[in-house]
Amino acid sequence: MNLDFSPEEVAFRDEVRTFITENYPKELAGVGTREDLSRDEFLAWHKILGKKGWSVPAWPEKYGGTGWTSTQRYIWSEENARVDAIMPLPFGVAMVAPVIYTFGTEEQKKEYLPGIRSGDVWWCQGYSEPGAGSDLASVKTTAVRDGDEWVINGQKTWTTLAQFADWGFFLCRTDPTAKKPQEGISFILVNMKTPGVEVRPIKLIDGGHEVNETWLTDVRVPVGNLVGKENEGWTCAKFLLAHERSGIAGVARSKRGVEKLRAIASEELIDGKPLIQSGDFARKISQLEIDLTALEFTELRTLAAESAGKGPGPESSILKIKGTEIQQRLTELTLEAVGNYAAPYTAGMEPDGSNERGVGPDHSNFTAETYFNMRKTSIYGGSNEIQRNIISKMILGL
Amino acid sequence: MDFNFTEEQGMIRDSLSRLIREQYDFDTRRKVVASKEGWRPAMWAQFAELGLLMAPFSEEDGGLGGGPIDAMVVMEEFGKGLVVEPYLPSVVCGGGFLKRGSDAQKAEHLAGIMSGEQIFAFAYAEPRGRYNLSDLETTAKKEGAGFSINGHKAVVIGAPWATHFVVTARTSGGRRDAKGVTVFVVAKDAKGVSTRDYPTVDGRRASEVYFENVSVSAEAVVGEVDNGLPLVELVTDEAIAALCAEACGAMKVAHEMTVEYSRNRKQFGTAIGKFQVLQHRMVDMFMEHEQSVSMTYMATLKVDEDEVTRKKAASAAKVRIGQGGRFVGQQAIQIHGGMGMTDELAVGHYFKRLTMIDAEFGNVDYHLKRYTDLSAIDLPVAAE
Ligand SMILES: Cc1cc2nc3c(=O)[nH]c(=O)nc-3n(C[C@H](O)[C@H](O)[C@H](O)COP(=O)(O)OP(=O)(O)OC[C@H]3O[C@@H](n4cnc5c(N)ncnc54)[C@H](O)[C@@H]3O)c2cc1C
Ligand SMILES: Cc1cc2nc3c(=O)[nH]c(=O)nc-3n(C[C@H](O)[C@H](O)[C@H](O)COP(=O)(O)OP(=O)(O)OC[C@H]3O[C@@H](n4cnc5c(N)ncnc54)[C@H](O)[C@@H]3O)c2cc1C
Repeated sequence: MNLDFSPEEVAFRDEVRTFITENYPKELAGVGTREDLSRDEFLAWHKILGKKGWSVPAWPEKYGGTGWTSTQRYIWSEENARVDAIMPLPFGVAMVAPVIYTFGTEEQKKEYLPGIRSGDVWWCQGYSEPGAGSDLASVKTTAVRDGDEWVINGQKTWTTLAQFADWGFFLCRTDPTAKKPQEGISFILVNMKTPGVEVRPIKLIDGGHEVNETWLTDVRVPVGNLVGKENEGWTCAKFLLAHERSGIAGVARSKRGVEKLRAIASEELIDGKPLIQSGDFARKISQLEIDLTALEFTELRTLAAESAGKGPGPESSILKIKGTEIQQRLTELTLEAVGNYAAPYTAGMEPDGSNERGVGPDHSNFTAETYFNMRKTSIYGGSNEIQRNIISKMILGL
Repeated sequence: MDFNFTEEQGMIRDSLSRLIREQYDFDTRRKVVASKEGWRPAMWAQFAELGLLMAPFSEEDGGLGGGPIDAMVVMEEFGKGLVVEPYLPSVVCGGGFLKRGSDAQKAEHLAGIMSGEQIFAFAYAEPRGRYNLSDLETTAKKEGAGFSINGHKAVVIGAPWATHFVVTARTSGGRRDAKGVTVFVVAKDAKGVSTRDYPTVDGRRASEVYFENVSVSAEAVVGEVDNGLPLVELVTDEAIAALCAEACGAMKVAHEMTVEYSRNRKQFGTAIGKFQVLQHRMVDMFMEHEQSVSMTYMATLKVDEDEVTRKKAASAAKVRIGQGGRFVGQQAIQIHGGMGMTDELAVGHYFKRLTMIDAEFGNVDYHLKRYTDLSAIDLPVAAE
C-alpha cells in the first residue's frame, strides 16, 4: 500500500492538466454548476475529448477506452473537477454503452458506440414509470413483436434531459405472462424522433426543466433494437444500475465543492470577521471534509478491487449513499453561508437594465435552488433507502 | 398554567382556516405567486375584515385586545396555507414597533396597519451584517432638527407591497456597537428611497432597499435616539415567535401530506407506508412537529418576561424549529420520491418555505450561539 504518485503518474497528471488548460472551452469556464445549459454547452467538452480519445476512459480499450489504471482515472476526475468541467453525461457513456458492449451484437456496437464516444448522439434513460419507481421490475410499458418491428406503448417518467435526446434506452415488458416481474422485460433502444414518442416537460422545485414525461404511443422500432436476449432485459438493467451507482459518488467534484465553500465562507462576514473564522462554521466544513475523505478512500479501495477484476458489487451502494449525503450537505452549508441572500429567486428576476440578474454577491446566486435540486440525489439512481436494503440483503444477508 | 385558547382565538382560527381552505387553495396560491403583483390586496382586505390585523393590539390602541398568542394563531394558519401576504412584516413587526411609539406615531400609523391601508416592511438586514441586528452600515446623520439616512438594506421581505418601512440605522458609535442604533419610520415614497424588487425562492417578494440622503424629521424616530437596539431585539423576538408558529403550520401540513402519500403510494405490491424505515421516519417528523409546537408556545408565552428569559426562549425555539423544519421538509421530499421534487405538488413548496424560515431572523447557528452567550450571563459568578 502506498499513496504516492509514481513519476509516471505525476507526468500523466501534468499532461492532463496541460491539455485541460489549453483545450477546455473558455466560455464555459466556471459555469459547471449551472442547470440551464444548452445542448451544445453540455456536449462541448465531450466532443473535444472525443477527438482526443479521452471521452470514455472506463470502456475496454478495443471500444475506445484509454486503458488507464484506477490511479490515472482518479487523476483524471480530479483534474477535470479543478476547472468545474462539464463532463460527458452518464446516460450514453456510463449507462447504455457498457450494456451495449457487454450484451450487444457486433452490429450494435458498430452502430451505437462511435456516436456515444464522440458526443454526437445524446442518450436518455427510459426506466422509471409513474407506477414503477423503486419497484422498477413492475414496469408496464409494453413492446409487442409485429413482424420485424417492436410496437411500444406506455409512459415513462423522470426522463432526464430527454428534451435533448436523440436516442433512449427503454425497459419494456415483452412477456406479460412471465411468473416473476423481473422476467419478461426487454431492453430496447428507441430513436427519440420516431413517430409516437412524445416528451413533455416536468418542472422541478428549483424551477428548472431537467426531467420529462416520455409518452410512447404505437412507437415502431426495428427488432434489431433489442439489446441482449428477449425477456432478459432485467440482466442489462441491473448491470447498468450498478454502473450508475458507482459514478454517483462524485468525490472529485465534492472536493472542489468544499474548496468553493471555503472561498465563500472566507468572503462572507459574521460580526465583521470572515465566516470561516467562526469556530462553528469552520467545524462544519471540517466535518464535511472528514466525511468526504472517508468516502474518497472507500472509493479508492473499491476502484482497486475493480481493477483487480471484480466488477462493481453491492459495495457501490455505500458510495451512492455517502456520496449523495455529502453532495446534499455541501449545498446545505453553502446555503447557510450566504445568509439572507439565499432567499432571492435569481431565475425569476427581471434584469435590472445593467445586465445584472442576481442580487447579493455572485456566489449567493442559485444557492437555494441548488440546495433544493440536490434533494434529488437521495431519490434517484435507486433511492438511499433502496441502497440500504441492498446492503442489508446482499452484504449482511438479512 | 393554561394551554387553552380563548373563545376569540378559537374563532380567529376557525374563520381564517375556512377562508384559506376556500380561497387560498394551492392552485390559487400558485397563480398569485406567479402574477405580476405576487399577492392579493383583496385578500389582505379580507384579513382586515376578519379582524386579523387588529387581533394582537390592545383595545386602547384600537385593537381587539389580544397579543402574541393571537399572532401565533394567525401565523400557524398562514403556515398551513403558505400564505404570502405580509402579516409578519406589517402587523407583527411594523405594529410591534409602532404600538411602542409616540402617541403621534400611533395616531398616524397604527390605525392604518390595523385597517390594512398602511403596510410596513422591516428593513433591518444589511448586505454584510448577516444576522447581527447592530451590524449596521446604514447611517442616520443629524440634519437640522431631523436626520438624513443613507444605506442599503438587504432582502427586505414584503417591501414591494409596503407603504412604509421601519428602518434601523446607526446614529452614533462604531459599526457593531449596541449603543447608537436608532429606529425610524420612513415612507416608501420619501425622496431618496429606491428599491429593486424581486421574487424569493419560497414565493414571496422582497427588495433591496436603498436610502440616499433621505431626510426624516425627529418625529420619525421610534423609541429613543441611539437606544433602539433593545426595542429592535424585543420586536424581533416577537417576530421569531410568530415565525415559529408559521413553521409549525407548515410542518404539520408537510407531515400530514407525507403520511397520506405513504398510504396511497404502492411499490412492491404494498403501500410504502408499510415499510418500517419510513414509518419510523414519519414518527420522527411527527415528534419534530410536536416539539416545535411546544417550543412555539413557550417562546410566545415568554415574550413579556425579563430580557434574558425572553431572548433565550426565542433563540431556543428558533433553534428547535430550524432543525425540525429542515428534517421535516427534507424527509417529506424523500418519502414522496420523485413526486416530491416536482413544482406541481404542494409538498415541495412547504419544504422551500421551511428552508427559508431557518434563514429569517437568524439561523440555527446564530441562535445557538445567542443562547449559549446568554446562558453564560446566567452563570453564578464564582466567589473570589
Ligand atoms: C431529478 C430526477 C431525475 C431522474 N432521472 C431519471 C432518468 O433519467 N431515467 C429514469 O428512468 N428515472 C429517473 N429518475 C427516477 C428515479 O430513479 C426514481 O425517482 C426513483 O427510482 C424512486 O422512484 P419513485 O420516485 O417512484 O419513488 P418511490 O419508489 O415511490 O419511493 C418513495 C419513497 O419510498 C421509499 N421506498 C420505496 N420502496 C421502499 C422499500 N422497499 N423500503 C424502504 N423504502 C422504500 C423510497 O426510498 C422513497 O423514499 C429520476 C428521478 C429524479 C428525481
Ligand atoms: C435494564 C433493563 C431493565 C428491564 N426491566 C424489566 C422489567 O422490570 N420488567 C420486565 O418485564 N422487563 C424488563 N426488561 C426487559 C425489556 O422489556 C426487554 O428487554 C425489552 O422488551 C426488549 O426485549 P428483548 O430484550 O427480548 O429484545 P428483543 O425483543 O429481542 O429486541 C432486540 C432488538 O430488536 C428490536 N426489535 C424487536 N422487535 C422489533 C420490531 N417489531 N420492529 C423493529 N425492531 C424490533 C428491538 O428494538 C431491539 O433493538 C428490562 C430490560 C432492561 C435492559
